[in-house]
Amino acid sequence: MTEFEAVIGLEIHVQLATQTKMFCGCKPVFGEDPNTRTCPTCLGLPGALPVINEAAVDFGMRLGLALGCSLAERSIFHRKNYFYADSPKGYQISQYDEPLCSEGELAGVRINRVHLEDDAAKLVHTSETGRIHGAESSVVDFNRAGTPLAEIVTEPDLRSAAQAREWLQLLRTTVKALNISDVNMEEGSLRCDANISVRPVGQKELATKTELKNMNSFRFVEKGIEAEIERQRILLESGGTVVQETLHFDPRTGSLTALRSKEEAHDYRYFPDPDLLPVSVDSEMVERARAALPELPAARAVRYAETYGFEQELSERLGFEADLGDLFEAVLEIRGKASDPRLAATWVSGEVFSRVEQDAGSAIEASTLAELLELLEGERITTAAARQVLDRVLAEGGSPADIVASEGLEKVGGGDALAAAVEIAIAAHPEAAAKVTAGEHKALGSRRWWRGAQRNPCSPWRRVGFITWLNNPQRQRFHSQRRWSLC
Amino acid sequence: MSSDLTTLSASAASAKVKSGEVDAHELFEQWRERSRLDDLNALSWSADSVPAEIHTGGPLGGVPLGVKDLFCTEGVPSQSGSKILEGYLPPYSATVVDALAAAGAPLLAKTHQDEFAMGSSNENCAFGAVINPWDRGRVPGGSSGGSAAAVAAGLVPWALGTDTGGSIRQPAALCGVVGLKPTYGSVSRYGMIAFASSLDQAGPITNSVADAALLYSQMTGRDVHDSTSVDHPDPVSEVPAADLTGVRIGVPTELSGEGIESGVLDAFNASLELAKSLGATVEPCHLPHAPHALSAYYLIAPAECSSNLARFDGVRYGLRVDPGEGLDAMYGATRSQGFGPEVRRRIMLGTYALSSGYYDAYYGRAQRVRTLISQDFDTAFESFDVIATPTSPCVAFELGSKTDDPLSMYLSDFCTVPMSLAGIPAISIPNGLSEGLPVGLQLVGPAFSENRILGIAASLEAAIGFDGSAARL
Repeated sequence: MTEFEAVIGLEIHVQLATQTKMFCGCKPVFGEDPNTRTCPTCLGLPGALPVINEAAVDFGMRLGLALGCSLAERSIFHRKNYFYADSPKGYQISQYDEPLCSEGELAGVRINRVHLEDDAAKLVHTSETGRIHGAESSVVDFNRAGTPLAEIVTEPDLRSAAQAREWLQLLRTTVKALNISDVNMEEGSLRCDANISVRPVGQKELATKTELKNMNSFRFVEKGIEAEIERQRILLESGGTVVQETLHFDPRTGSLTALRSKEEAHDYRYFPDPDLLPVSVDSEMVERARAALPELPAARAVRYAETYGFEQELSERLGFEADLGDLFEAVLEIRGKASDPRLAATWVSGEVFSRVEQDAGSAIEASTLAELLELLEGERITTAAARQVLDRVLAEGGSPADIVASEGLEKVGGGDALAAAVEIAIAAHPEAAAKVTAGEHKALGSRRWWRGAQRNPCSPWRRVGFITWLNNPQRQRFHSQRRWSLC
Repeated sequence: MSSDLTTLSASAASAKVKSGEVDAHELFEQWRERSRLDDLNALSWSADSVPAEIHTGGPLGGVPLGVKDLFCTEGVPSQSGSKILEGYLPPYSATVVDALAAAGAPLLAKTHQDEFAMGSSNENCAFGAVINPWDRGRVPGGSSGGSAAAVAAGLVPWALGTDTGGSIRQPAALCGVVGLKPTYGSVSRYGMIAFASSLDQAGPITNSVADAALLYSQMTGRDVHDSTSVDHPDPVSEVPAADLTGVRIGVPTELSGEGIESGVLDAFNASLELAKSLGATVEPCHLPHAPHALSAYYLIAPAECSSNLARFDGVRYGLRVDPGEGLDAMYGATRSQGFGPEVRRRIMLGTYALSSGYYDAYYGRAQRVRTLISQDFDTAFESFDVIATPTSPCVAFELGSKTDDPLSMYLSDFCTVPMSLAGIPAISIPNGLSEGLPVGLQLVGPAFSENRILGIAASLEAAIGFDGSAARL
């Protein structure tokens, strides 16, 4: 039986969060009343002319630089002519054979180009599903018309649906870090189409591809691509041939339907827009765009891994979510070198993030979290108490120290009470205690122990670990390798 | 009873308002009444009343203005001569219309034109042909025929036209008035309903060179709404008649022989003799690619128009014809009923010229010809200060005589299209009569040489001593 492999390229549209639209002075805002953010230019009124938004060019350059592209000194806006109710001018202004950015790479996936264009209006279909199929009529909201878009086109370098989804998430994170877009798939500020083909493993030539349109969540991107790969594979295995077409994935039913649309073998009659001059990019503009680049997520994750020895997942969580990374670094800054980076990292990415997924980085002041971690690390409260305090702080604000004092959460001292607890622990787990006391402290480093301890920090296992740690002649080394909070 | 202020030239009236001798509201009212005399179908709209506020302090001193239909004028019908925009009231005004109102030229009337500025006779107007005031059986030229006829007939003191391939100069010639097509980019196109974006340019149509200079002086300047506009490096203010001594006039052999009516050619040669007698030198020159200009123009202009006119789709404004069979059927019905035959012809031409596989052979090639024509002019201006040609190969023709023959109609622009493709300024001034009908003389200079060509035009205008009063209603 022939083995098949999928070949996937993505076309991603990113709405740029500029103050004004691509070619006029209207403010692009999501969710306003329909047709309230319009002017003669974005409505395509007779006589109105477009003017290139400099900020959009700047954003486009930042995106290009972040994706390792080369920037064209001169790029051209063409008219892409087609009739559709969402196209107020009867053409889209888009870059064609001379795009702003070309030939880049992100995480091993080559970028063919990044170009700028204006968004279409939004069609609202009066059908149950909101889709055009079966709709009685459609109305047009021109608020979106003219919103600046950057279109990113990859080379066909992806090989699976999961890989495509992961890569798209990294791209989203990267664009987000650039602070040039909301990159929200549900709201349409990040949109992804996929070109998919399937070929026998070993074959060099690309097979016939289909285009999968407008999947509006990361999950649907993965599911849609998976479904289409499967469809093509079954087709090929049964001796059929893939027809080049545009497909729509319905996530509710998992079905793929061919679109009858403007894409249908269309001749767009591209020609340079005579209303606009070529975009000239000089070295000063490039330097300005370069200077505006933040540390990119991939680089940040690598830095965390190298500096603090964090494992990939933790490094990426903090590196890819800029606000989490910022919070983490701010807490470290306040607490100083003596503090434990891993504790701060896990609290930011775990405790804080699990409580407030949206904008976790700004949910709590760095100084507040630092104060809480100080209490925790200074062994003045237990982890359970710290969690309680965090809940309070997030809900009502206030100082962790005050809350600890007013709620009486301060830990019972380390003396007799702890010794008693330790004795109980040792009695309950004599074998393990004997092992670690004999110096087999690796037992403590096992995944099982660590997971168990995380699940329940007050478990006897944890206490045994503590005692072992106290008695371990090599505890300094051990200490530097791994720390945990006391119960 | 006050005196008839409408016999004053625009410049003279402007001076009198500024000196306090004439009241701007009175001037407007008299012109408003004059505009009511229109029986040429020159005007598509005229003011109901005198505007409350007239900027008499501005350089134009409150002299009212006729404006071609295709300029957007807020709340005033702007239809570009087309049924598809019948009764369309724009929510904004063209930059140049606002600028002129602010400079003291309030809107008096809108003038008829060929539909979307496509035509040389004004017979392509959806609201009826405009009639030439010199001979009511003849066309006024086009596409700014309404503006030219209105100025010639004294229905408006001066007017705005637009020129894409000759649409200011040719009707000016056929109606015996002055028409200036400025350097491309010197006047904002924002608010002009586009025909061919890389060629369209607004300019004045007036009774004298002095009036043209005065009106043009307030039209220029960079507009943030038009990326192709620039500040004029040599802005026009007052233009004194130039001393012609030593002025080198080039006469392109390609545009002054074959295909030009003998009466037009006689008048042309007579004026060249006049120029010589005033000290100018007149010598033949060559624009070797000029004969290809019409072919290039009829690819570039239709290509751009096929895209520019795509917005007239019945969705947001203007005519909508909906047979109830879906979006495509609505587009088809709206556009085939809303556009006239000439517009449909050019949309189809342009669509074809831009289609995949033909782009390079047609549009691409035409653009290369355009570059060559531009270079021809550059070379010629190394040896000559100004180039002179007849404006139109013929005098005003009879209504209906060319409507069935688009190619012969297109030849009307034979002498004016090369300058449009090169984007350089050209003026047409009245050059006497042939068979009792006006003839035009075209003077052409390098980009931004409006001061030069207006000065030379003023000298020749005085020497020719054309009397256009026969056209006054």
